Amino acid sequence: MGPLAVNEFISENTNLFLAFIIGIGFGWVLESSGFSSSRKLAGVFYGYDTVVLKVFFTAAITAMLGLLFMSLFGWIDLNWVYVNPTFLTSAIVGGVVMGAGFILGGFCPGTSFCAASIGKIDGMVFIIGLFIGVFLFGIGYDIWDELYMAKYLGEPKVSEALGMRDGVFGLLLILAAVGMFFVAEWAEKKFPREEY
Amino acid sequence: MNTTATVERGRRYLNPYLGGVLLGLVLIAANFVAGRGLGASGAIKSVIVTGMEAIAPDASAGSGFVQEFRDSHEGSPMKTWLVFQMLGVIVGGFLSGTMAGRLKLKVEHNPKITSKRRLIFALAGGILFGFGSQLGRGCTSGAALSGMAVLSLGGFITMMAIFGTAFALAYFVRRNWI
Repeated sequence: MGPLAVNEFISENTNLFLAFIIGIGFGWVLESSGFSSSRKLAGVFYGYDTVVLKVFFTAAITAMLGLLFMSLFGWIDLNWVYVNPTFLTSAIVGGVVMGAGFILGGFCPGTSFCAASIGKIDGMVFIIGLFIGVFLFGIGYDIWDELYMAKYLGEPKVSEALGMRDGVFGLLLILAAVGMFFVAEWAEKKFPREEY
Repeated sequence: MNTTATVERGRRYLNPYLGGVLLGLVLIAANFVAGRGLGASGAIKSVIVTGMEAIAPDASAGSGFVQEFRDSHEGSPMKTWLVFQMLGVIVGGFLSGTMAGRLKLKVEHNPKITSKRRLIFALAGGILFGFGSQLGRGCTSGAALSGMAVLSLGGFITMMAIFGTAFALAYFVRRNWI
């Protein structure tokens, strides 16, 4: 059955319309969870507010588990679901640059749009920065082309890389997430900070 | 410390675990409908490619950046899944903020720093994040979260690099936040 668009159950335009609806859900959940506040987002790096860790990892394990079960029930063919390719060098270097941007700017791209949508000027300025950053990457593409394409590993799953079945890795990830949730709850009590 | 105010304000937000489950369901919906996860930086790339092609069509045709985009996209760069999804994000964020009474034009910053300092850091952070999202083939949404949901090795690596680096640098910019 799924994915609907890939299997041509729905037209291209319906797919784009549903993208808009799914986006509304995405934005609504992010904002409702407090991701429109850079103070709450940065809190995870100082322990006073760990909402990022809780929402992010709960979402990751929910979606992973949901997709594995839906595949098991035959509702979705995971062979048709996009798995991000792994270019080892750029995955690491890009992640490091993004991490620096995260702690300096207090947002990531999705959350900055949520912040801007409710009037946060710091979110809007972050978005201006995003456009500049993407543009700089675009015009200087030839300079980092080699780095960008280095160490291509295909589209491996982390479970394959570790020689595990998907379900076994999924279980370990859930256990790791629950462990992190306990640490997060402890940290919020240990490092409280005043609201502003 | 004013803990009562903290608790009261915190109540207006969703329980984070409930928020996480809902976000996970949205991510499943994206995969079920479109066969791909959520994203944010991809929509910005679409805008930049549109702008480059409009302003400098000849130079853009020879640009590796535009070519790489064109290898996987036909037609208008604005008629893509992530552009429509991001328009939805703006609407969804606005609706949630309106319902919770959080609509307000302001610069949110630690009272220990000026709003000018906050905005300079926001701009610098945005530039780095924008650049890094292109290098890493996606941001926290597209590479890390959506990648993890489909067990992509690259998604896990990028997630660890983002959060690890932010943790490692947190000490040096602590004055901005605490």
